[in-house]
Amino acid sequence: METLRSDELNIIVCIKQVPDTSNVDINKETNTLIRNGIGSTINPFDVYAVEEGLKIKEKLGGNLTTISMGIKSAEKQLKETTALGVDNTVLLNDKLFAGSDTLATAYILSMGIKKLKTYDLIICGKQAIDGDTGHIGPSLAEKLNIPHLTCVKKIEEFNEKFLICQRMTENGYDVVKMYLPALITVVKDINKPRFPTLKGKMKARNSASTIWDAYDILANREKCGLIGSPTKVLTTYIPKRKSKVEFINGTPKEQAQKLLDKLRISKK
Amino acid sequence: MKKENNHDDKYYHVWILVDYNLGVISSVTYELLGVGRYLADKLGVKLGAVGLGFNIENKTIDLIKYGADIVYIIDDKNYEKFNDEIYSESYFRLIEMYKPEIILIGATIYGRSMAPKIASMLNTGLTADCTGLDIDLETKNLIQIRPAFGGNLMATIICPYKRPQIATVRPKVMKAKKVDTSRKGKVIKPKINININSKLVIIDCVKTLSEVVNLSEAEVIVSVGRGIEKKENLILIEELAKVLGAAIGASRAVVDSGWIGYEHQIGQTGITVSPKLYIACGISGAVQHLIGMSSANKIVAINKDPEAEIFQIADIGIVGDINEFIPELIRIYKA
Repeated sequence: METLRSDELNIIVCIKQVPDTSNVDINKETNTLIRNGIGSTINPFDVYAVEEGLKIKEKLGGNLTTISMGIKSAEKQLKETTALGVDNTVLLNDKLFAGSDTLATAYILSMGIKKLKTYDLIICGKQAIDGDTGHIGPSLAEKLNIPHLTCVKKIEEFNEKFLICQRMTENGYDVVKMYLPALITVVKDINKPRFPTLKGKMKARNSASTIWDAYDILANREKCGLIGSPTKVLTTYIPKRKSKVEFINGTPKEQAQKLLDKLRISKK
Repeated sequence: MKKENNHDDKYYHVWILVDYNLGVISSVTYELLGVGRYLADKLGVKLGAVGLGFNIENKTIDLIKYGADIVYIIDDKNYEKFNDEIYSESYFRLIEMYKPEIILIGATIYGRSMAPKIASMLNTGLTADCTGLDIDLETKNLIQIRPAFGGNLMATIICPYKRPQIATVRPKVMKAKKVDTSRKGKVIKPKINININSKLVIIDCVKTLSEVVNLSEAEVIVSVGRGIEKKENLILIEELAKVLGAAIGASRAVVDSGWIGYEHQIGQTGITVSPKLYIACGISGAVQHLIGMSSANKIVAINKDPEAEIFQIADIGIVGDINEFIPELIRIYKA
């Protein structure tokens, strides 16, 4: 399917609801995250994705949409993006979507985005902090048949035809030109996210997300949820804790000497 | 889960994709060959190493010495720089041509970008950042173990009905085999036609990190936290890293203060590392930081506060001021 593009710039940002781990502690007995009373939040990397969308929109005009696949309560995170200045929010919500792995999720998001019809740029966070896979961006781009770049840390140039990005590498960065429509995933370095204004919060309070189910987006149920997921989680377990820390005492000089002795011994 | 062998039997052999960094075969490639050899032997199949690049032919012999039976290589100017589209498209064609049952890819920045695109093209399963890989002989399924929730939970994942099964593996997690110069193997140069009119144009590859080793491949990392107190004291960390031949990591607090670049940030919103030795200097050990480094083989923590969280996961703890301790460490190490 050819991607439709309109005269106006259209940007879509994908966001994910994740457990709010910023105040979380580890249970030292079981070595698990203490999740009691933990709320949910926007995946931290997605906050930078939203901010980058807002920045481009401020410069060039157009529409900014946030989209999420998730449970009903994920509308809260979508509303938070409305408060920041996002124009439209879409929640893809259906029982059929539950248990989707990254391939199925990318498929569902692609069907939601196809229903939105027009887009020039899709922005995702580099990865979500719960699954840590970083699969969705590239997998989604493939489903939409558009190019992608991961770990973008700067957009040097943006016009109606292409964008030029700096993409992080292990040794520095690559400068890459990519023709639109396209998808990028962003890292924390790209910008400093804003806070919502009072006016924005008021607007968000009175807003509602568009909610689409599998039928609305013409999703093939064979490709959704557990059935549509090629990977299966067989078991989960809590990893063994490391042995206790061994403290080295003494003056800084003695500590340094003992540390080097220990490291040399354990090297062999 | 039913123990049935109901996937496509046309798929055969184990593949690893060769990872290059600045034109050099990166260490994760040899680690993939190590675990790939184990999997291929267990299945009784061949291990293939597949490389795309430019002027790489003379490097293929190394891949055989480290465990490959067959090296598939395409040496072409179009592969000189990593282009997501051209690389993914080419690997996709090769996979369709040869039908490997397992494909292992290094979880480098390029690998993590390419793997999901390839898996999506093939509509097959992909498991990210595996720390353990094995074969269930009954079903021939690849058993993939990976951490979730920042390493607080381990999950075993399989891809029972689709082939190929694709997994990424982070650098330093698997062990390379000892080099065996007597090993013999076959080199195949496949011919594929791909559209090189990519929607991506690589304009420049800029190297900014001054260290000899990059963070994700470093054997030793010296990492710095707020305990450094001021930017000027970073010189201590730089010197320690230099004498130990280590890469420099940092906590989010230090990066957010603008004392060091984001490319050094380790943790939830930075990168994940698993070096042999991690020296945490003045890092309090917020859970977001621990997520990025807790899989290090040995952790040494230096912190003024004996109650600091970092000591919960450290192997060796030193209670003290890093600004006093590190100069002593450098002096004695040099002596």
